[in-house]
Amino acid sequence: MRALIAIYRRELAYYFQSITAYVVIAIFLLISGYFFFSIFRYYNYLSLQHLQSASPADGLNLIDGVMRPLLGNISILILLLLPLLTMRLLAEERKQGTFELLLTYPVSDAAAVGGKFLAALSVYAVMLAGTLAYPVMLAVFADPEIPPIASGYLGVFLMGASFIAMGTFFSSLTGNQIVAGVSTLGAALFFLIIGWAAPFVGTGFAAVLAQISLLYHFESFSKGVIDTQDVSYYVLLAGFFLFMTVRSLESARWRG
Amino acid sequence: MIEVRKLSKNFGPVRAVQDLSFTVEQGEILGLLGPNGAGKTTTMKILTCYLPPSSGSATVLGYNTLRDSMEVRRRIGYLPEKNPLYYDMRVEGYLSFVARLKGVDPAGIDGAVGNAIDRCGLDEVRRFTIGTLSKGYQQRVGIAQAIVNDPRLLILDEPTIGLDPRQIVDIRNLIRELGNDRTVILSSHILPEVSQVCDRIIIINRGRLVAVDSPENLRDRLRRSSMTRVRLRDASARESAESLIGRIEGVLMTRGEAGDDGGAVLVVESAPDRDLREEIARRIVGAGLPLLEIYSEELSLEDIFIRLVTEEEH
Repeated sequence: MRALIAIYRRELAYYFQSITAYVVIAIFLLISGYFFFSIFRYYNYLSLQHLQSASPADGLNLIDGVMRPLLGNISILILLLLPLLTMRLLAEERKQGTFELLLTYPVSDAAAVGGKFLAALSVYAVMLAGTLAYPVMLAVFADPEIPPIASGYLGVFLMGASFIAMGTFFSSLTGNQIVAGVSTLGAALFFLIIGWAAPFVGTGFAAVLAQISLLYHFESFSKGVIDTQDVSYYVLLAGFFLFMTVRSLESARWRG
Repeated sequence: MIEVRKLSKNFGPVRAVQDLSFTVEQGEILGLLGPNGAGKTTTMKILTCYLPPSSGSATVLGYNTLRDSMEVRRRIGYLPEKNPLYYDMRVEGYLSFVARLKGVDPAGIDGAVGNAIDRCGLDEVRRFTIGTLSKGYQQRVGIAQAIVNDPRLLILDEPTIGLDPRQIVDIRNLIRELGNDRTVILSSHILPEVSQVCDRIIIINRGRLVAVDSPENLRDRLRRSSMTRVRLRDASARESAESLIGRIEGVLMTRGEAGDDGGAVLVVESAPDRDLREEIARRIVGAGLPLLEIYSEELSLEDIFIRLVTEEEH
């Protein structure tokens, strides 16, 4: 545990002492701010239109009209940015040879992987916390429902955690950061869009595809439902990739 | 202290280490000597628990490297050949990070780091970023991380590689000093280094053990012949001197070569433990040939090494 904390602190220090974390966070906030601005402007426009016409304003509330599209866009943004954050985690150390030395210390593979995963997860949490400014602004000018916002954030956080676990895994396979980053992006995208094939396959298989799709499990979070099925999906997905990371390190040892 | 028994390691079809057995006593400085690719690094990686052996076993400080790897890892210090460091960290921060990873008691970390800094002469650069240090200092940082948990066993893979002569001397002294109160295994393909620092040498080649002994004993044991060099002022005297010497009893072979000063040098090989200098001198002077100098030549460790390694290959 102490080793895990030491590695966690060192990784976190690396992120914040180098420019990496600042650039990723700044770009993330800039673009998500633009998302918020444009989504909110559109919402505003729709509201005004509905004021003039007498038609019923279905779905015209801050959750469905602003927060859900915003979090949906943010999930695409993290899909693109998180692989950049995780690609160096193990790949760089493998290339430099520092990882070999690390594994001759009395540190378990799991502690090394865990410390690195948690450090990247913390940077991501800071990123995401920055976007809380938008719902706070909504709360200042209007009266949004808080629980669906909170569950939406939990969903995005869990989705990011599974991306980071994938990134940790791919980073353990290679000493090449680009390869690690691109593989992570590919895998994450694959899990995100796999559900698209559901309508074209048999009903039994369609259910399977839907169940392994990241988007399918994200749906209920953004609606304000925290279902254990969805929570366990993300936790299992992240856990699976972290487990695979530890295994891949072990196999690297046997191969020499 | 260390017991290696019938250790083998294969990487696919490549047999990096084969059937290696040796022991290391407490307090010893042991040199692993061999040409590049002989299996020195692989052996060390097995001892440090980084690589599992394909067969055989290694016991370090009473713990098996495979079964009780954590116990072994807690008690050793290792400097890999490439000396991998976190270049973005400061010396002090890096060493306390390593101390924490190695399980040094939290209250004792500052003391352990200070001690490692003192012993490795890093005081003036303790706040420097590692990436900005010279290679010699980086090597010291590498050694400092190895000793920060005050291990009883230090494993140093090619500790002086890539350093300038002055730094080599410094690092060598440091190793000798560290060896005063702990066991050290170091590898090298440079002979003088090993013979100067080590109490005992293990020569390995192509993954197999070739010889184990102290540098002096190796030299004695492997002296199969003694060599005498005879220098003549005049190259024209070479042939007659050669035939004169060839008639002396006990001479195995005489080889003449032209000297660079217009003279000649004869290399006389004779049975071991027979000093022929006197006899040769008497005959040459008796024949009136221009003798300049005569001396017997010690077989250097280098010759032994090359001889062992080439014999092995034939």
